[in-house]
Amino acid sequence: MTTAERAGAVAAVATPVLAVRDLSVSFPTETGTVSAVDGVSLDLASGEIVGMVGESGCGKSVTAMSIAGLLPGSARISGSVRLDGTELVGTRESALRRVRGKEIAYIFQEPMTSLNPVLTVGRQIGEVLQIHERMSRRAARARAVELLTLVGIPSAAKRVDNYPHQLSGGMRQRVMIAMAVACGPKVLVADEPTTALDVTVQAGILQVLRDLRDRLGTSILIITHDLGVIADIADRVVVMYAGRVVERAPVTDLFAHPYHRYTAGLLSASPTPGRHAGTERLQEIPGLVPVLSVQPDACTFADRCPAADARCRESAPPLEVARTGGTLAATGHLAACWHPCPQPRTQPEEANR
Amino acid sequence: MARYLLTRAWQSALTLLLSTIVVFFGVRALPGDPALALAGEDRSPEALEAIRRHYGLDQPLPLQFAQYVERMAQGDFGVSIRTGTPVSSMLTTALPVTVELSVLAILLATALGVGAGVLAAVRRGRPAEWVANGMALIGLSVPHFWLGLLAILYLSVATGLFPASGFVPILEDPVDNLHHIVLPAVILGTGLAAIIMRQTRSAMLDSLSSDYVRTAKAKGLRPRAVITRHALRNSLIVVVTVVGLQLGGLISGAVVTEQIFGLPGFGKMTIDAVFQRDYPVIQAVVLLTATAYIVINFFVDLLYSVIDPRIRVTGDPA
Amino acid sequence: MTVLTVPMAETGSASITRRTRVLRRLRRNPLAVVSFVVLALAAVIALLSPWIAPYSVDQTDFARTFAPPGSPGHVLGTDDLGRDVLSRIMLGARASLQVGLLAVATSLVIGVPLGLAAGYFRAWDAVISRFTDLLLAFPFLIMAVGLAAIRGASLGNAAVAIGIAQIPGVIRVVRSDTLRLKSLDFVAAAVVDGASDLWVLARHILPNATSVILVQATVAIPAAILGEAVLSFLGLGIQPPAPSLGTMLATAQQFAARAPWAAVLPGVVIMGLALAFNVFGDALRDALDPKGDRG
Ligand SMILES: Nc1ncnc2c1ncn2[C@@H]1O[C@H](COP(=O)(O)OP(=O)(O)O)[C@@H](O)[C@H]1O
Ligand code: SF4
Ligand SMILES: [Mg+2]
Repeated sequence: MTTAERAGAVAAVATPVLAVRDLSVSFPTETGTVSAVDGVSLDLASGEIVGMVGESGCGKSVTAMSIAGLLPGSARISGSVRLDGTELVGTRESALRRVRGKEIAYIFQEPMTSLNPVLTVGRQIGEVLQIHERMSRRAARARAVELLTLVGIPSAAKRVDNYPHQLSGGMRQRVMIAMAVACGPKVLVADEPTTALDVTVQAGILQVLRDLRDRLGTSILIITHDLGVIADIADRVVVMYAGRVVERAPVTDLFAHPYHRYTAGLLSASPTPGRHAGTERLQEIPGLVPVLSVQPDACTFADRCPAADARCRESAPPLEVARTGGTLAATGHLAACWHPCPQPRTQPEEANR
Repeated sequence: MARYLLTRAWQSALTLLLSTIVVFFGVRALPGDPALALAGEDRSPEALEAIRRHYGLDQPLPLQFAQYVERMAQGDFGVSIRTGTPVSSMLTTALPVTVELSVLAILLATALGVGAGVLAAVRRGRPAEWVANGMALIGLSVPHFWLGLLAILYLSVATGLFPASGFVPILEDPVDNLHHIVLPAVILGTGLAAIIMRQTRSAMLDSLSSDYVRTAKAKGLRPRAVITRHALRNSLIVVVTVVGLQLGGLISGAVVTEQIFGLPGFGKMTIDAVFQRDYPVIQAVVLLTATAYIVINFFVDLLYSVIDPRIRVTGDPA
Repeated sequence: MTVLTVPMAETGSASITRRTRVLRRLRRNPLAVVSFVVLALAAVIALLSPWIAPYSVDQTDFARTFAPPGSPGHVLGTDDLGRDVLSRIMLGARASLQVGLLAVATSLVIGVPLGLAAGYFRAWDAVISRFTDLLLAFPFLIMAVGLAAIRGASLGNAAVAIGIAQIPGVIRVVRSDTLRLKSLDFVAAAVVDGASDLWVLARHILPNATSVILVQATVAIPAAILGEAVLSFLGLGIQPPAPSLGTMLATAQQFAARAPWAAVLPGVVIMGLALAFNVFGDALRDALDPKGDRG
């Protein structure tokens, strides 16, 4: 395949359900502007599960929240978010409200605090149906029982009248999922849905998410800092660092040969893919994610990168098809690095499924 | 739930017992002979002897205390030194006035305080918040008896809109009753309203930035529903606690408000008793206040458990 | 590159930077500055009032009773006995501040140790909370009524009654801060190093709890000032002829028909003092709040 053919193959991907283009977000604060997200683009095809990974503070949650306009009013947002071709950035609140919970639904990290402690889970699930499907309270409750069964909660008819504190962490997260899928959304954004849970419970939640994709065709953007979760569930991966997408690839390609130095660092800092994290931290990347006030024309990872040179500090590397030693990477494997990790022994075509 | 209520019930009972002991010994600490204090007009040696026997003042202390509790429980608070009438019958006429005044003040203060608190939290950083905050600070700092004084001087006397003093029982003429009591209730409620407003605002700011409110927004709820169904419901737990804790302040406030507006309530009775050294009345007032406070707070705890399912179901307070 | 901050681990010098940060935040808050200036002025006037008051407080002049404000020789007029209102207000404010400080001192001296004990020793917690419940059952006015019945009414007794009634509030905030501090690493480390409980409380917990105690004091003082005014107004506090803003209001009520203006000024002064404390207390709380921008 020639370069041109590869580029054509990329373009031929069916129009995505969700298309984020050049999204930037900053927050004016007491101590200065915080540039949280810079020029992020990503697509989510129908029925696809895309994983977004990066250390804490890289702008993953801000990206996620900006999709349905859920950032606080102080946020300065530019760029475009299209759902089935309809622009969401800058849209009226009332229009966004019809999208939230119905077309784009969210699951958050802390199932304990994300559910309202003073309402039964049935009420909280039913509420979505009452507003978006105009169901009666009675019908909504009945549907809530079905949804709870769908996400694998035993004796759902009883659980529906429970309050969040009466459920375990895993159950609460299943309730969150039931609430999110109540209206059959096209896109499900799961922001660290398993981070607060222990490993066995985590596997169960990921299974529920996979089931939903298979049965309902929901597209899922799953955010995590755990590469084990990515390896387990995602079709494609987006790696974020300090507000930028630094690498984007099908999941097997990324694990087979990361190009960006940050991704390589993440991989060596986490246990072997397939095995879940949480056992032991391996080689950590030294240093911390910077909080930027202005996005520099440089690689933001340079301060922590073993391969950084003057060029890295003087101009920002573009996100493009990676190339090392004259060889091109597999289709759709992009990285923003001036000096990508050396070409792996396996040929790109073989690794690309 | 049952465990929580039982714990609270026994704690309240213990506090009640302790406060009775405090008052019992407080009475004994009064200057002079308690029999003298209880005797009223007739202070002949025979009368004093009779009183000592009647009140068991010649018995050992624990026995005296037991008899004391029994008498109090039966509503026998002795006889007013000043008027010779039984204290219990004085209370029956005075209490309804104070209760009406306080209930009205609490209702007004809660409505105003919760409303302004929610407004201030929702309109964070806008002029409405500044106004609400400023009003609350003033409400917290103003001596409300002075407000009452000004209200009488510049509202009642000058305009004649409200009666400057006096009281009409509610059963006699409900409209006139309200006319007499609404201004004192507003004055009495100002401090409480300020406190409720500040607590509501701070609780609302907490819940508005909570994860479950983020969830509610992500569901596509209207701001109104997010605020009332999700944020406010959780904040009310705090508000109820505050109202319960402020009852003591309200009782103090009622005393002075009644004094200013010449309402023939519990407060007026108290102050008159202090100046006339009417010890049986003072004792009844102190004991009754403590009891009322403890009992009402027990019911506040009940209410608390109704609002917060975490207590209702498991018995663990949040 | 424009790195705004790089998150850093907490360092040992955190408390010093914290103090300077708090002071800087206070200086930048105009409300804090104004209320502080008002309080400082009030304190100076109160301290010096016996010397700078234009008249002696009980110098009567029956030829000139109820002189209105602006009268020659009496800027704020005279009262029912022809005494100078300005002088009486100055000394009345002094008494208000005295009661405020005395009451808060009482509540701190008793409340802080109890709060520390309740938060630090589990076994004491239940006992102390019963004690708190007991105190709460006697509102300050009832406490003052009882104290006045037993010991007679006076400035001291009013302050003590108010102070006792404020103990539960002190216990509550100190207890919860102690609980918080106890769970922090440096306290746990001291305990592991074999420090005695008393040492940990005195060296580690109490110094770190000072900020909540300070905030509690700044809200308790205005409450005590209002309490004193109420008690004196009712005749349960400062006894005439000693000047007090509360008694001035009681007199004004008595003579409302002749001199309605007399009710205005003492009330304004009480409110001004209480307001300044409350505003400063709010600013202090905001400045101490690690979250920073809670208004
Ligand atoms: N409301 C906000 N105001 C100011 N800064 C914010 C706000 N929300 C997020 N940030 C900043 O944006 C950056 C990215 O945060 P986030 O998206 O939460 O990271 P993560 O990748 O861990 O989800 C962080 O530096 C964070 O401090
Ligand atoms: S661009 Fe340079 S600094 Fe950035 S990751 Fe690549 S090699 Fe490292
Ligand atoms: Mg996040």
